[in-house]
Amino acid sequence: MKGIGLAKWLIGGMAAYELLNLMKGGSKSVLRPPGAADEDEFMALCIRCGKCIQACPYDSIKLGTEKHGLGLGTPYLEARDSPCMLCHDFPCVEVCPTEALSGITTVYDVKMGTAVIDEEACIAYKGMRCEVCYRECPLIDEAITLDIHMKHDDNLHAIFAPVINKEKCVGCGICEQRCVIDNPLAIRVKPRVIEGLF
Amino acid sequence: MELTRRSLLKATAISMTMAVAGCKKDDSKSSIPTATASESVEPDEWKSTVCRFCGTGCGVLVGVKDGKVVATKGDPDNRSSRGLNCIKGFYVGKILFGKDRLTKPLIREDKSKKGTMEGFREASWEEALDLVASKLKENYDKDPKSIAFWGSGQQTIMEGYASVKLWKAGLLSNNIDPNARLCMASAVTGFMSTFQSDEPMGSYRDLDEADVFVTWGANMAEMHPVLYSRLTAHKLSNPNVKHYDITTRRSRTSETADLVLEFRPQSDLAIANAIANYLIQNNLYDQKFVDTHLKFKAGTENLGHSIEDGYDATDVGKAADKAWEISFDEYKQKVSTYTFAKAEEISGVPAADIETLAKEFADPNKKIMSLWTMGMNQHTRGTWINNLVYNLHLLTGKISKPGNGPFSLTGQPSACGTAREVGVFSHRLPADMVTANPEHRRYSELIWNLPKGYLEPLQNPGYHTVKMFRELGNGNVKFLWSMSNNWGQTMPKLNRFRGKDANGKGVLDGFIVVSEVYPTRSTEMADVVFPAAMWVEREGQFGNAERRTSIFEKCTEPPGEAKWDLWAIVQVAKRVLDGKKIGDKPAFDVIFGNIWDYEKNDLIVDQHKVNGVLWEEYRAFSNPHESDNKEIQELGKKLKLKAKQMAPYEEYFKQHGICWPVRNVDGKWVETNWRYVHGKQEDGYDQYGVEEFGEVGKYKDIDFYKSEDHRPSVFYRPFEDAAEIPDKEYPLWLCTGRVLEHWHSGTMTRRVPELHRAVPEALCEINPEDAKILGINTGDMVKVISRRGEVQVKATTKGRGNPPKGLVFVPFFAEETLINLVTLDAYCPISKQPDYKKCAVKIVKA
Repeated sequence: MKGIGLAKWLIGGMAAYELLNLMKGGSKSVLRPPGAADEDEFMALCIRCGKCIQACPYDSIKLGTEKHGLGLGTPYLEARDSPCMLCHDFPCVEVCPTEALSGITTVYDVKMGTAVIDEEACIAYKGMRCEVCYRECPLIDEAITLDIHMKHDDNLHAIFAPVINKEKCVGCGICEQRCVIDNPLAIRVKPRVIEGLF
Repeated sequence: MELTRRSLLKATAISMTMAVAGCKKDDSKSSIPTATASESVEPDEWKSTVCRFCGTGCGVLVGVKDGKVVATKGDPDNRSSRGLNCIKGFYVGKILFGKDRLTKPLIREDKSKKGTMEGFREASWEEALDLVASKLKENYDKDPKSIAFWGSGQQTIMEGYASVKLWKAGLLSNNIDPNARLCMASAVTGFMSTFQSDEPMGSYRDLDEADVFVTWGANMAEMHPVLYSRLTAHKLSNPNVKHYDITTRRSRTSETADLVLEFRPQSDLAIANAIANYLIQNNLYDQKFVDTHLKFKAGTENLGHSIEDGYDATDVGKAADKAWEISFDEYKQKVSTYTFAKAEEISGVPAADIETLAKEFADPNKKIMSLWTMGMNQHTRGTWINNLVYNLHLLTGKISKPGNGPFSLTGQPSACGTAREVGVFSHRLPADMVTANPEHRRYSELIWNLPKGYLEPLQNPGYHTVKMFRELGNGNVKFLWSMSNNWGQTMPKLNRFRGKDANGKGVLDGFIVVSEVYPTRSTEMADVVFPAAMWVEREGQFGNAERRTSIFEKCTEPPGEAKWDLWAIVQVAKRVLDGKKIGDKPAFDVIFGNIWDYEKNDLIVDQHKVNGVLWEEYRAFSNPHESDNKEIQELGKKLKLKAKQMAPYEEYFKQHGICWPVRNVDGKWVETNWRYVHGKQEDGYDQYGVEEFGEVGKYKDIDFYKSEDHRPSVFYRPFEDAAEIPDKEYPLWLCTGRVLEHWHSGTMTRRVPELHRAVPEALCEINPEDAKILGINTGDMVKVISRRGEVQVKATTKGRGNPPKGLVFVPFFAEETLINLVTLDAYCPISKQPDYKKCAVKIVKA
C-alpha cells in the first residue's frame, strides 16, 4: 500500500482504535468485583451472565449499562453507595462460570483498586478527630495506618492522619462509603491500574 | 464575644455549614478548599457554645443566620479544647435537624401498645401538663414513695437544679436520681470515701505535664478523642513519656500505648493492690507524704452481689459503705498478700508487666496521671477500684501537682456539672452536700428560704437508679418522669425494665412521662411525651470533667411546640404545688416565685434572665460570705462551701468557661486547675482555698482541706470476684461500650447522616480463635445470649477493638441491637452503679 491508500488505511485504523477506546472508556474507571482479571482480559472473559450480581449478599455489585460502553452488562461497584464487604467465602468469585472473577482464596488476594486520600479535603489532616476510614477499614492497621504527628499551629494537639498502604489496600471501598466528608470525598478508591494495551 | 477573634477563626478553624437538608462546606471561611461556593451560607453571627456529647466539653461556635443554625466550628477560645472537635462535635449542629423531631406533646391512648410508638395521640401542652400534674399529685397523695424523677448528666445545670428543687424542696422526695448513676457514681463514691469531696483535683493541663499516663478501663482514643489528641501530642514532643493501658479488650487506645496490661475482668483490683504492696514492701512510697497527709482505712468486705431486689436491706448491703480507721501497719499487713505472682494468677497479666508499671509509681521523679472512665466505674466493686487507684497516687504523693493525679474522665457533657454539682441524686443536695447531714439540710433550707426543719423528711436516701426501676417493675413506683436520658435502651437487664419479665410488669401499668427530642426506646414506654428543646434551642450550662462550667448561648427556636425542659418542670410545679403552703406562703412562690412572671402567669420569657436568677441562687450555696444572713455566713464557713466557689453568671460568657473554684482576685474571676496545692491563683493553683481552709507550707505545699482531719484515706480493699463469671453454659465474658462516631444510645448521632453512614450498625467483636471454634466468620449474624435475654448482631473478628479469647464486645448505641437485653443489673454495693462491662454469655450462629 502506498500514498493515499496507506493514509486511508492508517486513518481508518486509527479511527477504529479511537472508537474502540472511546467505547471502552466507560469501563476504564469502574471498580470491578474481587478477582477480576486485568480490564481487557476481564472484558473478554466476562460473559455478562449476572451470576456474581445475584450472588452478592450485600447487593453491592451492579450491572453495567450503555453508559459503560463495551462494559454493558458487566459487573461493577460504586463504592460510595455500596462497597465490597469482602465476604470470607467470596460468593461472587465462587459462582463465576468463567475465569473473569478468579484467583481469590483470602482477602489478601483481592486487588480491586487502591484508596487515595484527598489530604486537602480530609478533616483528620486538620486535627479533627475523625479517622473513620481507618477504624472502619477491614484491614485496619494494615491497609490504612495512622501517621500521628504534632499539630504545629497549636503545639498542644496531635494530628491523626490516615495513610494508605498501597501494598496492602485491596480497594474494597468501605472507606469511601464511610467517609463523612462529601463534595469532594476525602477518600476514594481508584480502580486497579489497567494493564495491557488494546 | 470579641470581634478580634474573627480573623484568627477564619484562618484556623474548619467550619461546617449546614442546611436543613444537608451539609455544604463554606469555602470562604474554611481551610477545606473545595467547597460549593454557590451554596455556601454566610452566618450573621457566631455564638459561643459547647458540644453536647461527651464530658470533654469542647467549645463549638455556632453560626446563625436569620435565627437558624447554619454552621458550626471549633471554638479556639475554649480552654478545654482550643478549637478542636471530634467528628461528633464537628457535626453536632446537625442533631437539630432529624426529620422525626418530636414537636407536639403526645398522650398515650392505648396502653396495650406500650413498648411501641403506636397508641399515642397529639395533645396540647395544657392538656398534657394537666394530666401529668394530676397523676403526679394523685400518686404522691396516695404514697409519696411512689413517685420518681430520673434526670441526667445531659440536663443543663439549671434544668438539673430546678428538678432537684421541685423534687426535694417542693415534694420532699428523695426519689430523684440521674443517668449519671450508670456512668459516674463509682467515681463519686470513690472521691467521697477517699477525699470527702467529689471532684478530680487536677485538670486537662496535667495532660501537658505528665511523664507517665495510665489509662484504667478507658478507651480514650475513641471516647475522649480531643483529650487523647492532647495526650498524644505531649507524648510526641517528649519521647520519654510512657503510656500504660490497663484494659480487658485491646482498643484503639491500646494500639498507641507503650505497654498493654490486658487483664481478666474484675482483676484490676488485684493489680492495683499488688502495686501498692510493692511500693510498701520496698519502701518506695513517700514516707513524709504519708505522715503529713494521709490516714488509712478498711471497710466492709465479702459484699456479695446485688442481684436480688432486697440486697440493700440485707446486713451486708446496709453495711457496704462502712469504713474505719486502721494503722499503716495493719494496712501493710493486709495488702501484703498481693504479690506480683498473686496478681498475675488472678489477672493473667504477667508479673513483670505489673512490676514495670509499679516501678513507674516508685520513681520519685516521675509525674503520673491516671485516667479512667467506665471500665472502673461500671464495676461491681467500682468504688473499691477508684479507692485503690487513689491509693497509688496518695502513697507516692503523685497528686494535686501539675502532671500528677488521678483523673476521672466523665462520660456525659454535664455529669459533673449537673448531676453531681447540683445534687440530682437520691441522697444529695447541691454543692456536695448530702440529705442525711442535718447541717447540710439546714444550709439548704436557708438558701431556699424554707422553715427550719422543713427538709427533715429527706434524711433517708430515696431510690437509686436500679432500685427506682426495679420498684417501677414491681409496681411500687407508679409515676416516673425521665428527662434527657434513654433508659428504655440503656438500663441493664432490659427485659425487666421494658415490662417483659414477670417482675417488670409495673413498667406497663405505671404512669411514665418522657421528655425527649426524638422518638426513642424510652418514649415507646411513655404515657406522656413532652417534646423538648435540644442543645442550642435554649440557653444552658454544662460542667465538664475538669470542673469547667461553660455556657451555651441560645441560637435558634425549637421546632413546632417543643419547649425548654425547665419550662415544663416549672409548669408541672405550678400545678402540683397548687394549694400547698410552705410556712404561710404558697409553696410554688417559695420554690419558683423568683422566675415566675405573675402578670403573664408563666415562666419569665427571657431564658437568659431565668438562668441568671437560678444561677445566682445556686451560686449562693458556694458563696456564703456574700450573704447578708449571718447564719448562712457562719454555717457556710463551717461547711467550707466556699471551697466550691462559683463565679457570677455573666463571667462564664466572657471567659468561654471557667474551672471551679473560681476566685475573685482583684476584681477578676480566676479559675483553679490544681486543687489543694498552694501557689499563685493566677497560675492555676488553689491559693485562696488553702489559705482560707488549710495551712500554707505543709509538705509539697498541699493541704487536703476538704478531707476529714485534712487527711484523705488510703483504703484496704481486697479482690472480690465478679457477679457473674463465665461457665460451661455461658462461656464468654460480655463487655459493652461505645464507638467514637456515636454517642450513647445513638438517638442524636444516628440522625446525622454522615455519622450514621460512618458506623451504620453495631458489631459484635469476637476473638478469631473463638470465632473459629464456633464456626463464625466476619459478617455472620450471631445471637449473644445470657440468662436474661438475647440479641442478634453481626460478628467481626477484626474490628477496631480486639477482644482476647473468651471475651466479646458489643456497643450499645444501636436501638435495633439492644445489647442491654443481655446485660446484668448487679451494681456496686456502695455506688449503686451497675456493671456493664462483665457478665456471662454464649454465642451461637443466628
